[in-house]
Amino acid sequence: MLNIKNIETYYDLICAVRGVSLRVEAKSITAILGNNGAGKSTLLKTIMGLIEDQPDKGTIEFCGEAIDRKDTEEIVRRGISFVPEGREVFEELTVRENLLAGAFIRKNRNRIDGDINTVYTYFPILGKRRNQWAGTLSGGEQQMLAIGRALMSRPKLMLLDEPSLGLSPVLVKEIFSIIKTIHADGVTIILVEQNAKMALSLADTGYIMENGRFVLAGTSAELMDDENVQEFYLGVRSDTSSKGYQRWKRKKVWR
Amino acid sequence: MIDFIQTIVSGIAAGSSYALMGLAMVLIYKTSEVPNFAQGELALAASFFAYMIMESFGLSFFLALPCALSFAFLLGCFLEFLVLRRAKTPNILSMIVITIGLEMILLGLVSWKFGADQKTMPFPISPYDSMAIGNIFISTLELVTVFVVLAIMAALYLLLRFSKMGLAMKATQQNTMAARLMGIRANRVLNLTWGLSSVVGAIAGLLIAPTLMHPYMMWDPLLKGFAAAVMGGMTSLPGAVSGAFLLGIIENIFGTYISIEFKAVVAFAIIVIILCIKPSGLFARHYVKKV
Repeated sequence: MLNIKNIETYYDLICAVRGVSLRVEAKSITAILGNNGAGKSTLLKTIMGLIEDQPDKGTIEFCGEAIDRKDTEEIVRRGISFVPEGREVFEELTVRENLLAGAFIRKNRNRIDGDINTVYTYFPILGKRRNQWAGTLSGGEQQMLAIGRALMSRPKLMLLDEPSLGLSPVLVKEIFSIIKTIHADGVTIILVEQNAKMALSLADTGYIMENGRFVLAGTSAELMDDENVQEFYLGVRSDTSSKGYQRWKRKKVWR
Repeated sequence: MIDFIQTIVSGIAAGSSYALMGLAMVLIYKTSEVPNFAQGELALAASFFAYMIMESFGLSFFLALPCALSFAFLLGCFLEFLVLRRAKTPNILSMIVITIGLEMILLGLVSWKFGADQKTMPFPISPYDSMAIGNIFISTLELVTVFVVLAIMAALYLLLRFSKMGLAMKATQQNTMAARLMGIRANRVLNLTWGLSSVVGAIAGLLIAPTLMHPYMMWDPLLKGFAAAVMGGMTSLPGAVSGAFLLGIIENIFGTYISIEFKAVVAFAIIVIILCIKPSGLFARHYVKKV
């Protein structure tokens, strides 16, 4: 469905994504993990065409058509939607208006109203707050609204940039279960996360990103079993010294 | 008592042309957060365009009106596309400076083409006609202006509140990046807004032109309109209109009862006071971001 070949993205002179290739099959969930500054968000923004004149090199194909260096508005119309990091809801529009804005590219009013109700069943709290300004919602509610809004365009592929950012564990669980439901409805998902455990439990395949490159790829099960991933992303410490503390720092083997 | 009511009515009449300019500025401000100082000169250009086609081609006013309004629309779109969009890494301040530059260019062009002397615009309603309601007198032109203002305000309000275009405009203003992610063509929205607000401004120009027509005719309405819009909170259409009426009334009362010399200054004194007491404007319903 999505086929990325060797893309490189620059912010002026800084190369944030250094040759990433990624193939996403239809109806899959792909998780991209990595530390801060690894280039995960930049990768998603590059796919969405949000960084002007980028990718510098490489191609992005969606459903067989090249979408690299196209306008964001155009890319959205082809069926990709994006839940940006930090929610980015329209603060001075009501919840309902936010959802309507999400359906901007669609015409059929009845279907749109139907989908708004679907979003309310996914997130009942949004239904309760439908006539409230989005800016007055709590962080978790805003995240739900951002996801709901991204659903309104009926996307084939949905990119989520750190949906768990700044949310309590309970809310994170709720958000992830909704992502699962959305996936079950036939939407392909790419998920960028810091919360590796949650992300891998959901995803089919995972990629570990560091310094703008993919350093490790595999199915979620493979990644969960990987020694390095366990130590550096899942927080499982495999070996301790006999005195009960570790005196050396383990090095990642992929460097 | 009659005197007092008369003063208020004249104030509302004077305020209505400020209101139109205020509406036009609020419209652009709502989508791009830039106060457009070229607004007055856009209206000036459209009025002189109407004057030109009526004088040179002998068109009737009712034919010239749609021509002038379409001219205003195209001019607005054209300037946005040609000048403002070209700005690299635009910030609000540089955009404001650009609009001031545009204002001077347009003013220069109009003065060069038509000269600085007073013209008379052929208009179906004579500015000297007036109507009496009881003992209150109001000139017919002013009465028409008041109704036009209210109609335009209502139309714009409906547009912003209920139409898809209105939603796109509000979304673009609040978060351009997110709006683009919704598939809203932000550039096109901005372009249309410039066209639309230029039309609203042009209507103001055409209603002022019968009484006063020379290259500097829009300065006073523009500044007062801007002041009124600031008073109304800069993002509220009814706010801009009521601000303008209020401004007109206060100005007139001050001129009648206190000092006619300082009439023009009083508007700005009020702005300063209001901005000190309530910086977000009298009618703003602006959500303040919690950090």
